[in-house]
Parts: sequence; C-alpha cells; structure tokens
Amino acid sequence: MSDPANGGAAPIPITVEFTGGLEILFANERNHKISLPGRLDDGSNPNISYLLHYLVDNLMKDQRKELFIMEDNVRPGILVLINDADWELEGEEKYELQAGDNIVFVSTLHGG
Amino acid sequence: MAPTLCFNCKTERAVIIRPKNRHKLCRECFIKVFETEVHETITNAKLFYPGERIAIGASGGKDSTVLAAVLKTLNERYNYGLELSLLSIDEGIRGYRDDSLETVKRNAVQYDMPLKIVGYGELYGWTMDQVVEQVGKKGNCTYCGVFRRQALDRGAAMLEIQHVVTGHNADDVAETVMMNLLRGDLPRLSRGTSIVTESKASDTKRSKPLKYAYEKEIVLYAHHRRLDYFSTECIYSPEAFRGSARTLIKDLEKIRPSSILDIVKSGEDMAVLVPGNTVPGGKSCKSSAAADDEAGGCGSQNGRSSGGEMAAMEQQLAANDTAESRETEIKMPKKGSDTKKIKTQTLQYCEQCGYISSQRICKACTLLDGLNRNRPKTAIEIGLEDEEGSSTLARQMEHIQLTNS
Repeated sequence: MSDPANGGAAPIPITVEFTGGLEILFANERNHKISLPGRLDDGSNPNISYLLHYLVDNLMKDQRKELFIMEDNVRPGILVLINDADWELEGEEKYELQAGDNIVFVSTLHGG
Repeated sequence: MAPTLCFNCKTERAVIIRPKNRHKLCRECFIKVFETEVHETITNAKLFYPGERIAIGASGGKDSTVLAAVLKTLNERYNYGLELSLLSIDEGIRGYRDDSLETVKRNAVQYDMPLKIVGYGELYGWTMDQVVEQVGKKGNCTYCGVFRRQALDRGAAMLEIQHVVTGHNADDVAETVMMNLLRGDLPRLSRGTSIVTESKASDTKRSKPLKYAYEKEIVLYAHHRRLDYFSTECIYSPEAFRGSARTLIKDLEKIRPSSILDIVKSGEDMAVLVPGNTVPGGKSCKSSAAADDEAGGCGSQNGRSSGGEMAAMEQQLAANDTAESRETEIKMPKKGSDTKKIKTQTLQYCEQCGYISSQRICKACTLLDGLNRNRPKTAIEIGLEDEEGSSTLARQMEHIQLTNS
C-alpha cells in the first residue's frame, strides 16, 4: 500500500479530526495535523492500529483511555472515517495511512 | 485499493455501509435514502396532516438537529404543508445548555424556523443550577426530567402547537426496550416503543419520526450534510456516558448491526402483548405516566435513561407521600385488597399551577414544594444507581395513584 515514491521512509503527514464530543478527550481541539513515521521499526507501514496507539500516547490529554480505545480497538459507538468513507470500506484498522489522509473520529455516544 | 462503488448509482465512490442491510452507498444516495426512509416512517404512521403546526424539540444535539434538517427537507420536497418551529428548553445549567442554545439559535437561522426558548427559571423559579445547589448532584435528573416534560408542553402551549416531535432514534428505542426488559417493566416498554404518544394527561401529542433511524446514520447524515450541531455531556450526569444498556446496544451493533432494529421490532411485538388491564394498576399507570418516557432531550441522556429517572422520581414521590412530614390526604391501600381493582384515572387541573394532572397537585409542583420548603435532602436520596428497586417502588406508587383518584 505504501507509495514507493515516498521511498517508504518519508514521514507521512495526515490530519486527524475528533468530533461528536470526542474532542473533549483531546484538549478540546477538533483538528490535529500530525506526521507519522514512514516506516515502523518492524519494517511495516503505519496503519490505523498504529495511529490509535500514537494518538493515545501523543495527543490524548485525558487519562480515560477506555473512552476512546477498548480491547485494542476503537470503542464501539465511535465511527472512523478515512477520507470521509466508513473505515469498514477501507480495511478498518489494517488500512495503511497515506500522505494527506484525513481521518475523522466521530462519537455517536454523546448527546446534545 | 480501487474505491468501492455505490450499490445504488454504481458510479460514485461508496462512503457508507448501512447498518441495517450492509448496502454500500455514496454520499448523495445515502442522504437521499435516509430522507426517503424517514418520509416512509412519517407517511406509514400518518404522523402529520396538511397545515399542521409542529414544534421540534431542539437541543442543538445531533438527533434534534438532523430531525429539523430532515423535516425541513421533506416538508418542501413532499409538500407536507407543515409549519415548523423549534422549541428549546433552557434548564439553566451554565456551561452546558448555554452553549447548545447558541447552536439552536444558529439552526433557527439556517433552517428559517421560529425559535421559542422556555427556561426553568421563568417557569418554575428554579434553574437546574439552583436545584443542584439545593439537592446536590444525586437525584437532580428527576427534577430535570419532570420539569422538562412539562416545559415542553408549556412551550408548545405558548406557541399554540399541539404536536411536539423529538429526536429519539432507533438506538434510543432499543435501549429503552432493553432497560425495561431488564427491569421487568412491560407497560413502560410498551410506551417507549410507540411512535406516537398521546396522553390524556396532556394536550400535546408527542412523536418520534426518527424512531427507525440508526444513531450511526444520524451522525453520518449530520456529517455528510455538514450540519451544525453541538455535542456535550450534561455536567450533572457524569454517569450518562456509561449507561450499561447503551454499551450493550453498541456492542451488539458491532457484532451484528441489524440487532438494533431487531430489538425495536421485538419491543413493538412485545408491546402488543402487554395487557393494558390485566396487570393490576397497569391501566392507571398507562394513562398517568404516558408522557413520562418522552422526557428526552436531557443531554447525553436524551430520553435514554428517562425510564430510570422517572422510576426514581416515582420512587421519590412515593417516599414523599409516605413521609409523615408531608401534608397529604393520600391513604395507602391495604396490601392485596384494593390492588386488583382497576380504576380509571380522573384527570384534573393541578390545584397549584392549573396544569393538567392525574393528581391533585402535579408532579412538578410536588417537587417544587419540596424545593421551596427547603427540605429536599431527606427526600432525595435516590440516584440512578438505585434503579434495581425502582419497579417495586413504582408499583407502590401506582397504588397510591389508584386510591387517590
């Protein structure tokens, strides 16, 4: 999946958006620009699973990790959109991130 | 990876997998299908008549915002001839409702609908901030639920509108079914599943046009139409985020997405079986509490746990009524004797506020009495955690209503 033109190792800039109440867990910031390593230590390319850990370790300000991640995956009730498409259409957590991707996490769990 | 094409138009890139049938749809087709299904719900249930004036219970959250947007669209597309208004309740919770009311105000402009905001402060002389200051965080949802139900009715009355639509969705209904199933409360289960609730205790009809719409699709509809909505948690109900029935529903959806509509369907089928008058007190319960389940709009709770709140409220009212410190003419029934006798509820006007009530004094006034007497701490020791005992106490409450009528 990784673009060979990137050399595989060039950093991957992406944008991440939290909405539907999830932004509360991320310092009330809705939009985040981040850069992922082009290649991981084990030689694989960063995918959504990696991104989840990255977000928890680097971006999440709230201690309640379980409100975002459960059993090593996105908590049920939180939708993931990869470039506006349901992540199920893109391979879910195995989707390998591409430069310029926009990943949206929307909670359906919050009310008004 | 080549993009998956839309199941419907076969040309655009699919961005959605529908939970109910796994169809993969593009943005345009999804929006159209979602709207068409709400239209079918409306026409099948004959929810509206031409020229009807409708108040949309609007909190600024995803459900009511989507409801307003869809109703506006359908009203224009299918010439319903409806006159739509937004009706919002200001509970008086600083840092919570004031922000979402700003969203509602923007919605009013975006959808070109008149907006009416009714506040607890003006209606009752107590904002929720003041109530919580007095009674504490535990049990305050009870006040909020009772006050909101009446506030929506009163707001509708001010607008001279007799039909309030709320944003309850399929997930909410499924959750209500599960909760009442777990609680053994079939009458409430039955009420929670019906699309329209009309109560003798109220001039106002309530309905939920999004009853069959998945929460997931509501959120995606809002996302893809870039609707302006506000997400928040009520600062006074931190437990709401972890409602166990919700978690169960979401977990089931993850494994088998059709579960949600299946539970709704099961609930409807069970509702048919609920005997309105073979259960002692069942009938009385039905008419007196018919509007209870419609107390939604409470932030994250949004009707999801209103059953619990209402049960807790009944529990607390029962406690109030039995407390000797209360001046009351209500007599407790002898166990086993009167309970099988079913009396129909006589509706009257609350002696204090004139609101239609099944009791001499309506529930809101009873709660206000407690607040005004500065003695709530003894009465309100019931939180959401105490739901287990609610059905028993709710039944006791029914008996009290029976003898009082």
